[in-house]
Amino acid sequence: MLETDVCGVHFRNPLMLAAGIMGSTASSMNWILKSGAAGVISKSFSLKPHPGYKNPTTVAVDGGIINAIGLSNPGVENFKEELKQINRDNNVVIASIYGATPDEFSTLVSEVQDYVDMIELNISCPHAMEGYGASIGQDCNLSHTIVSASKDASDVPIIAKLTPNVTDIVEIAKTCEDAGADCLSLINTLGPGMKINIDVARPVLFNKFGGMSGKAIKPIAISNVYSVYEAVDVPIIGVGGVYTFEDVVEFIFAGARAVQIGTAIMDEGVEVFGKINADLEEFMKQKGYSSIDEMVGLAHGGD
Amino acid sequence: MINSPQIVEISEIIEETPTIKTFKFNTDIEANPGEFLMVWNFSDEKPMSISNISDGELSISVKNIGEFTSQLHELEVGDKIGVRGSYGNGFNTDFKDKKLLVIGGGVGMAPVTALTHDLVENNDVDVLVAATTKDELLFLDYLEKCGANVCPCTDDGSYGFEGYASDCLSSLLEDSSYDYAFVCGPEIMMIGIYNILEDAGIPADYSLERYMKCALGVCGQCCVDNTGWRICVEGPVFDNEQIKLIDEFGKYRRDASGVKY
Repeated sequence: MLETDVCGVHFRNPLMLAAGIMGSTASSMNWILKSGAAGVISKSFSLKPHPGYKNPTTVAVDGGIINAIGLSNPGVENFKEELKQINRDNNVVIASIYGATPDEFSTLVSEVQDYVDMIELNISCPHAMEGYGASIGQDCNLSHTIVSASKDASDVPIIAKLTPNVTDIVEIAKTCEDAGADCLSLINTLGPGMKINIDVARPVLFNKFGGMSGKAIKPIAISNVYSVYEAVDVPIIGVGGVYTFEDVVEFIFAGARAVQIGTAIMDEGVEVFGKINADLEEFMKQKGYSSIDEMVGLAHGGD
Repeated sequence: MINSPQIVEISEIIEETPTIKTFKFNTDIEANPGEFLMVWNFSDEKPMSISNISDGELSISVKNIGEFTSQLHELEVGDKIGVRGSYGNGFNTDFKDKKLLVIGGGVGMAPVTALTHDLVENNDVDVLVAATTKDELLFLDYLEKCGANVCPCTDDGSYGFEGYASDCLSSLLEDSSYDYAFVCGPEIMMIGIYNILEDAGIPADYSLERYMKCALGVCGQCCVDNTGWRICVEGPVFDNEQIKLIDEFGKYRRDASGVKY
């Protein structure tokens, strides 16, 4: 009943782990899969190891957290060893990759595609170094170049993860679709945001600025999914502030075929996946839905 | 638990050993033994064990081992730091009328000293205090004052038992047995202790340490193989049954990039 299909990839339920959350090791991702997620997206990794920013890298605020981890990762060679150890049996494994140039992206794609079912392009991190992350995803030309280079190199579906921190997310979404993206995921963290400690009059995060995630960003994610759904034909994965089955249903009604969960793990633990699946199935039974597919985009009425 | 740094003023600094200082401060953060704080000195933030828990006052004991800790060692009474937490699961303290053994190596004595303070109320507690040399033995007087039986141990034999903590443990076990043990120290020490305690059939809590970033259970930096458990949420304390499942215990860990070493 909970199965869903995203550009030909079968998911046993619509829940997956969002990139950047507990996705650094095969061990933690296998744990998430055992906890009920149908898929996992790794933490974003690059060609070379990167230590990220100094602490504080995360701070809690009303409605969520602000983070500037800074894309720390052990580099593709080390990360491949983790990917190889993820249990792919009836699970969907997705690598999140980042770089600055088309060559970096296409090299990363070639390096890891044998070990994953899909690849998500991080062109949307708002606290990345200059030239990375959102500095790509906020520019149509750069987005087109990166997506099309990645798609050309790939035998597995390519997901472009979009930033909400643009004037018009629909324009970027259409550009990524034109460039060959098989799927879009949205939204990455919002902002950047900042938390200032008033006793010492300084920003808490070492990087000063960070991406906002959690409950507070969900309405923005929902509206972006809704708008993009009307403008593109490729499937959408919704992400941003999912804590409950009601949140999942909202995303699906807005047009998502699956959702990613991240910050909720901080408050609800890894059990959040199993709980939402059980609650979602109950909701579907009560309302008479027999598949996720028939629920996708229902909020768009009869249009 | 508070997840955004609270600014506190250092009310007292104690030079415990040539390399370890204790910092006391008033805070309304409520903590249990074995939990830790994220300590912010306005240039970096690191996890620190809580070494003493009093009403409205906490202490951390810091060994000067690198850039961050040497900056902390330069602080004076009246200076401010940021703290958030407390984080982690803490030790199992649900014991009464038991014979207990607490083992701490070096600055690993910090969390188990706060623990011992609680355990001695209702139990008979031996504390194996291990250090490289006499001057580095931590909290001997305090632990005795608490009512624990203190067994000092130094690598160089300058005070108490001469040898490693594991040797000292083996010698203690010749005459005594224990219902439960608690261990914190360098992992190379803990793996030796673990093997001996397992052979002796003594269940125990072990406090682990890993590079930490968010401490909120989201970033994944401190997850251990092969369970994926987060040191900051499911840890830092694991019992011997859990330790069995942590393959990397005593073998390797990951740096800030996630590279194993």
